[in-house]
Amino acid sequence: MAEIPLRDPAGTEVHARPGRLADFWSHYAENRGAVIGLAVFVLLVFLAVFADFVAPYAPDAQFRDAFLQPPSWAEGGSARFLLGTDAVGRDMLSRLIHGARYSLSIGVVVVALGLLLGVVLGLVAGYFRGWIDTVIMRVMDIILAFPSLLLALVMVAILGPGLENAVIALALTLQPHFVRLVRGSVLAERGKEYVVSARVAGAGPIRLMFRTILPNCMAPLIVQATLSFSNAILDAAALGFLGMGAQPPRPEWGTMLAESREFVLRAWWVVTFPGLAILVTVLAINLIGDGLRDALDPKLRRS
Amino acid sequence: MKRFAYLMATTALALGVALGAAEAKGLVYCAEGSPEGWDPALYTAGTTFDFSSQPVFNRLVEFTPGTTKTQPGLAESWEISPDGLEYTFHLRKGVKFHTTDFFTPTRDLNADDVIFSFDRQGNKDNPWYNYAGGNWEYYVGMSMPDLVKSWTKVDDYTVKLTLKSPNAPMLANLAMDFASIVSKEYADQLAKDGHMDDFNQKPVGTGPFIYVDYQKDAVARYKANPDYWAGKPKLDDLVIAVTPDAAVRVQKLKAGECDVIPYPNPADIEALKSDASLTVMQQEGLNVGYLAYNTLQKPFDDARVRKALNMAINKQAIIDAVFQGTGVAAKNPIPPTMWSYRQDTVDDPYDPDGAKKLLDEAGVKDLKMKVWAMPVQRPYNPNARRMAELIQADFAKVGVTAEIVSYEWGEYLKRGAAKDRDGALLQGWTGDNGDPDNFLNVLLGCDGIGGTNRAEWCNKEFDDLVKKAATISDQAERTKLYEQAQAIFKDQAPWATIAHSVITVPMAKKVQGFVMDPLGHHQFGNVDVTE
Amino acid sequence: MLGFLVRRVAVLIPTFIGVSLVAFIFIRLLPGDPIYVMSGERTLPPERYQELIHQYGFDQPIWKQYVVYVEQLAHGDLGTSINTKRPVLSEFMALFPATVELSLAAMLIAIVLGIPAGVIAAVKRGSILDHGLMSTALVGYSMPIFWWALLLIIVFAGWLGIAPVSGRIGLTYFFKPVTGFMLIDSLISGQKGAFQSAVSHLILPSIVLGTIPLAIIARQTRSAMLEVLNEDYVRTARAKGLPPSRVIGIHALRNALIPVVTTIGLQTGYLLTGAILTETIFSWPGIGKWMIDSISRRDYPAVQGGLVLIALVVMAVNLAVDLVYGLVNPRIRHVG
Repeated sequence: MAEIPLRDPAGTEVHARPGRLADFWSHYAENRGAVIGLAVFVLLVFLAVFADFVAPYAPDAQFRDAFLQPPSWAEGGSARFLLGTDAVGRDMLSRLIHGARYSLSIGVVVVALGLLLGVVLGLVAGYFRGWIDTVIMRVMDIILAFPSLLLALVMVAILGPGLENAVIALALTLQPHFVRLVRGSVLAERGKEYVVSARVAGAGPIRLMFRTILPNCMAPLIVQATLSFSNAILDAAALGFLGMGAQPPRPEWGTMLAESREFVLRAWWVVTFPGLAILVTVLAINLIGDGLRDALDPKLRRS
Repeated sequence: MKRFAYLMATTALALGVALGAAEAKGLVYCAEGSPEGWDPALYTAGTTFDFSSQPVFNRLVEFTPGTTKTQPGLAESWEISPDGLEYTFHLRKGVKFHTTDFFTPTRDLNADDVIFSFDRQGNKDNPWYNYAGGNWEYYVGMSMPDLVKSWTKVDDYTVKLTLKSPNAPMLANLAMDFASIVSKEYADQLAKDGHMDDFNQKPVGTGPFIYVDYQKDAVARYKANPDYWAGKPKLDDLVIAVTPDAAVRVQKLKAGECDVIPYPNPADIEALKSDASLTVMQQEGLNVGYLAYNTLQKPFDDARVRKALNMAINKQAIIDAVFQGTGVAAKNPIPPTMWSYRQDTVDDPYDPDGAKKLLDEAGVKDLKMKVWAMPVQRPYNPNARRMAELIQADFAKVGVTAEIVSYEWGEYLKRGAAKDRDGALLQGWTGDNGDPDNFLNVLLGCDGIGGTNRAEWCNKEFDDLVKKAATISDQAERTKLYEQAQAIFKDQAPWATIAHSVITVPMAKKVQGFVMDPLGHHQFGNVDVTE
Repeated sequence: MLGFLVRRVAVLIPTFIGVSLVAFIFIRLLPGDPIYVMSGERTLPPERYQELIHQYGFDQPIWKQYVVYVEQLAHGDLGTSINTKRPVLSEFMALFPATVELSLAAMLIAIVLGIPAGVIAAVKRGSILDHGLMSTALVGYSMPIFWWALLLIIVFAGWLGIAPVSGRIGLTYFFKPVTGFMLIDSLISGQKGAFQSAVSHLILPSIVLGTIPLAIIARQTRSAMLEVLNEDYVRTARAKGLPPSRVIGIHALRNALIPVVTTIGLQTGYLLTGAILTETIFSWPGIGKWMIDSISRRDYPAVQGGLVLIALVVMAVNLAVDLVYGLVNPRIRHVG
């Protein structure tokens, strides 16, 4: 969705050394928010993985005797449905728990696809330069000339509404950011001594790109991936909200929100909880992202 | 934040003062969408008609408010020849077209205007035939090119319509929005100035309200027509505001920003009814929502299978969850407000065990099928997906596995109409002219196969009855034929008839004289407001 | 500077050609049939269908359609909307000011609140205030704005009943648009209360649209300020005993603002994305809502023209940002 300008990637170098992980963790743990974010995230992953055991009911089980029942603490609610039920009598809590699966897997897959495409294109563009670089970067310019959500909407309209297609569309709109980032890092790294000596030692272009240069661009890439992760979740929810993402009855949070819009003035719980779930998830990931950035970017550590 | 609240409060106050201080009587109708354009003959959407044909135009024949019967409009009277082929219309004299800042009429309505209004839609040589893309959708949709032989001017105030074959619903067709009478003088002036497209932007009609201004996707304004032939409207100003979100419309009605709103969310209706400052009017709409089996495909070519599935559907649960009570279970293919509705029909009972037995009898085991759910909200089905989910659960109880499929709306309509469609289709219909022919023949007649007949169902006996009824002008006789046809329909079960939706129009208490229209229009010609 | 400008524009030309080609290809790839959407449940007879397909030129070979499209584009003709049967360009221009007004208001809120918040957080680094502001900013940055809009509607319209929730101005006001900007038009009209009404209609949507830019600007300002406060010249200024307000206000802020200005410019793409959601929820008659409606109606010419025009706007604003950046930071002129 939005871009946070990153620190100059060229300034970041991560070199392998013993105790790196422990060192990293000690820096990461300095940021209390990041630790909280990680804890929430782990909890969400747990819920998503074990949804079938944690959720009180199946996400699509309809209780015909309980349409739009309020949460347990509100007037008219019962302990049977902790967070109430939706318009066809499905348990909100169960749907939200199962929804974590969708949102998290959307995020993971979108980022994985975007990374894959972006890293390959970025490495190729930055390493080979010349016309191939020009072509790749012009195509990225074209993609970036469209607002991301609009582009995703049109692509989903072409591919057909649905979760899988939304994922593809979002990955395509996300990858230019990776391409630019990787290309920039490669341009900064390729003239450095260790690359030159590796080349002199006879390393082929593939090896040079992936084994020599790429590991040294990892830090900004990890930070960008985290940010993209949260953006992907937000955008997927927005697509669902506009009726172009996951299709009902899938309990994807954005889709649930879209289904519940008509109850905005009558049944606040069907509107409030899915949005809150999105917010908490995205917030947790952004907290992690901030923590990662601080821990991986030595330049920023002092702040 | 405090300052913000203060600003809001003062604004609300200022608004209230402005409203109260207004001397002229005005009414704000918050419509559910934008008008596509202003020439009613180019479009088919009810929303567009609420902006254009209803306030601004008249027809030769008008629907009597609140009914689907017809009454004189711009034609004072008419005669129909005994063979049913010739209609002679006598026009009302002294009817003035609107005087606006872009057009001043020099003559009253006459036969030329009437001939022009129809000729441009059917005659390819008419210079106006191709203007604005030239899609005379409703004219074509109502088969007018196949029915009309000619329109002739007898004298300035007499027009004769000749048909190719007798057609009882014709008079009702002429009361429809596409048959609105436009000004030939205005058209000629625009053609001369080279501004033909303005005909679809700045309408001039004979109706109760004069078009003043429209801001795209926001608001249209009208003022009363002081020379209206049926008497000057009681309102001085009419405002139609585009308000697509149903929850927002309700909100604005409560806040006093809207006086009348269409289509509130079913979920909000109870609260509206209990609000003492509002009146809530309700009426069964002229529509039907149904699940059409593809009767050309196995095993749905067997009426027992169709019956069994009908028995598996829990309609009451659908009425509760999808319509939130704003629907009534349907047993006939036509709505109860329509004449010839067959009261004696007994609906298929909700009986999962009986359904299972019937499926066994038909030799159907482990049936897997598709249920098509449309992606959009329609008047006859507020939420097709939700409906499909409920039907899916019901079918599962009788051992039938249903998969829900959906397509983009245009694609859905195209694929849903195909003869080789795989699966049962959620669809529906909203009446155009209030004639049973518009349901029974259009939706279930053999001619509609591959088109409007989504069950692809052709029953000779049924088709003969319906075809015959269209050629007779006596309503009692037609009623008998249509009732017989409905009995055959129920027996053969090409559809699961699901529901007729109840149309709800909430309005402020001060609005007087609003009449609900079974055809779904929102008319303000006779409406008044009291302070 | 001129050379820089020419180079930048030259780069944009192939991008624009690419954009128009992408828009064209996308539309041909879209499934669904605008003609079926138009006729609804009432299916068309096959002859009539063919006639309409022909009329819209959909029966032409693709390359021929493309030639026609490019020719029209060269003449500034973006085709005719199937829905309204009016030129796409005039449809766009009728709605564009509404989106611009909303976006400017949102940016105004974001800048007016975001920069001071960032400065305060940086100056009071590590304090409760800093943590509070930055936590709030992170929540704002993580906000699903469509849900945020619904919450604001529930609270301000539902519970408190003090905010209008759709449209641009109260329906009792009536004046012809002069500039297309409701705030200005309402002032010109001279009608009592019109301006207040326009403002009150603008508040909730612009808060919603401004939330994420506000969070980004606050965060960006804080980190830029922190960096600048550590620079030697600021330390020197401090050491020289200049009053803190002067140090922060003149020396630090001015330099910290350079990256912030870029950030602000980079929000255009986001604003258009956010406008799609905000306008849909608040029934704001702008191009975001128009695009959504056009996509769902399969109004091919409108979607195609809209994509081209929106991309053009994004490119133009990015160019402007580049130019401004080039002005404040001359080093960049010679790169790329």
